[in-house]
Amino acid sequence: MAFFQRTDDSGALYLAPGDNIAVATRELAAGNTVDIDDATIELKSTVDVGHKFAIHPISEGSRIVKYGAPIGIATADIAPGEYVHIHNLRSDYLPSYTLEPIEDQE
Amino acid sequence: MTINAYLRQDGRKGIRNIIVVAYLVECAHHVSREIVFPYRDQEVHLIGFPGCYPNEYAHRMMERLCTHPNVGAALLVSLGCEGFNKGDLIKTIRDSGRPVKLLGIQDTGGTRKTIAEGKAWIEQTRKQLENTPRADMGIDELSIGTICGGSDATSGLTANPAMGRAFDLLVERNATCVFEETGELIGMEHWMAERAATPELGKEIINTVAKAATYYSAMGYASFSPGNADGGLTTIEEKSLGAYAKSGQSSIKGIIKPGDVPLEGGLYLLDVVPDGDPKFGFPNISDNAEIAELIACGNHIVLFSTGRGSVVGSAISPVIKVCANPKTYQRLDEDMDVNAGKILEGGASLDDVGQEIYDLILRVSQGEKTCSEELGHQEFILTYKTFEPVGPACLPSAA
Repeated sequence: MAFFQRTDDSGALYLAPGDNIAVATRELAAGNTVDIDDATIELKSTVDVGHKFAIHPISEGSRIVKYGAPIGIATADIAPGEYVHIHNLRSDYLPSYTLEPIEDQE
Repeated sequence: MTINAYLRQDGRKGIRNIIVVAYLVECAHHVSREIVFPYRDQEVHLIGFPGCYPNEYAHRMMERLCTHPNVGAALLVSLGCEGFNKGDLIKTIRDSGRPVKLLGIQDTGGTRKTIAEGKAWIEQTRKQLENTPRADMGIDELSIGTICGGSDATSGLTANPAMGRAFDLLVERNATCVFEETGELIGMEHWMAERAATPELGKEIINTVAKAATYYSAMGYASFSPGNADGGLTTIEEKSLGAYAKSGQSSIKGIIKPGDVPLEGGLYLLDVVPDGDPKFGFPNISDNAEIAELIACGNHIVLFSTGRGSVVGSAISPVIKVCANPKTYQRLDEDMDVNAGKILEGGASLDDVGQEIYDLILRVSQGEKTCSEELGHQEFILTYKTFEPVGPACLPSAA
């Protein structure tokens, strides 16, 4: 398993060959485009630093691969540029415990 | 490079000269805290065990903590009727050559009298510790632990692999390095097994992670917090990938359990998941429980990577905070010793930050205070667990 050594100014990291997601190195707004793996990807929603988006079409039930390793199963079809997170990816091992955001209390 | 260490009578060398005040049941917590309070910035730290019923693991943890190389003396505070085996603990501490005293609140005459007696003992013992002999200590005598907490998706990109680089530098110099939390290594077991010093150890690593998966499954969910998800981590295996990077690239020499002190340098996996049927709840109820376990394995310093922004420190061993996320660093810079987030912004390589962490470890060993030390953090927690001793294949002597 290899970890990247450096980053460029594209705002996205393609961590390992075979990955079907990339990681934002800064907040990337919806509509931004990034060039990854010989393709230009347009982001369908805003992706925060460290969060991930699809770089290839991913079909429901297939594995999502990061750092060259599977990190879970797609629970929906995912198009390139779509945000990948708990709404469309589940663990192959144990469920993740999450909370709903707290409503504005003002 | 040598460290001017505190030499204990049992031959161990420490980088701090701490008096621990340990409550032996929650009923003695307040009195102990009051004893510590005036000295809290003067290397007098509070630890303790809240339970009234005895527990072998907790007893061993307390023995290891009270005789830790960074600890010069221990004051034990008992209510009087709890189940903790005070006699055994005192004997272990006394046999290590450290000054030790037991105060029973019921016998001493209540809260005020016990606090007064405790403070008097601290005054006298602080003077005594001023004369602690010093000795040169090499890097190969250092023991460093690593943990990640408040992780987000940047943890595995920057801070964890940078700490892994620091671990590689330490292991090259025959220091002892300990990484942990098999529950956060789920999915990594086969890669880890390939790095084991022997095939038998490789099998043990796979079994250890399988135990963690079974245990967490019984708990209902993985070692995964809502903050992890807010920070862009989606699954336990994704979190594990990032956590695994803390271990660096060295060969894995053995598996240890809380309180096991490695006898030779190298990289060790600490198994914090209890053995047997799930009994006392989560294996890692909070990061501080794991930090206490790392310290009980003899670690002089704990490296702590965080993306979301943990602020914790610890009693006994300094905690070096490595911040993974550049946005978090901007908000919490006073709490962070190292800004690994700059890697994402192109300001440094993993090797640069690995070297920075390594250099800081040496300075902290020579007395430089970490941010959490400066800010007075001395978190501590110890609860019930059950462990079996490690098998022979887990030890380096089997190689």
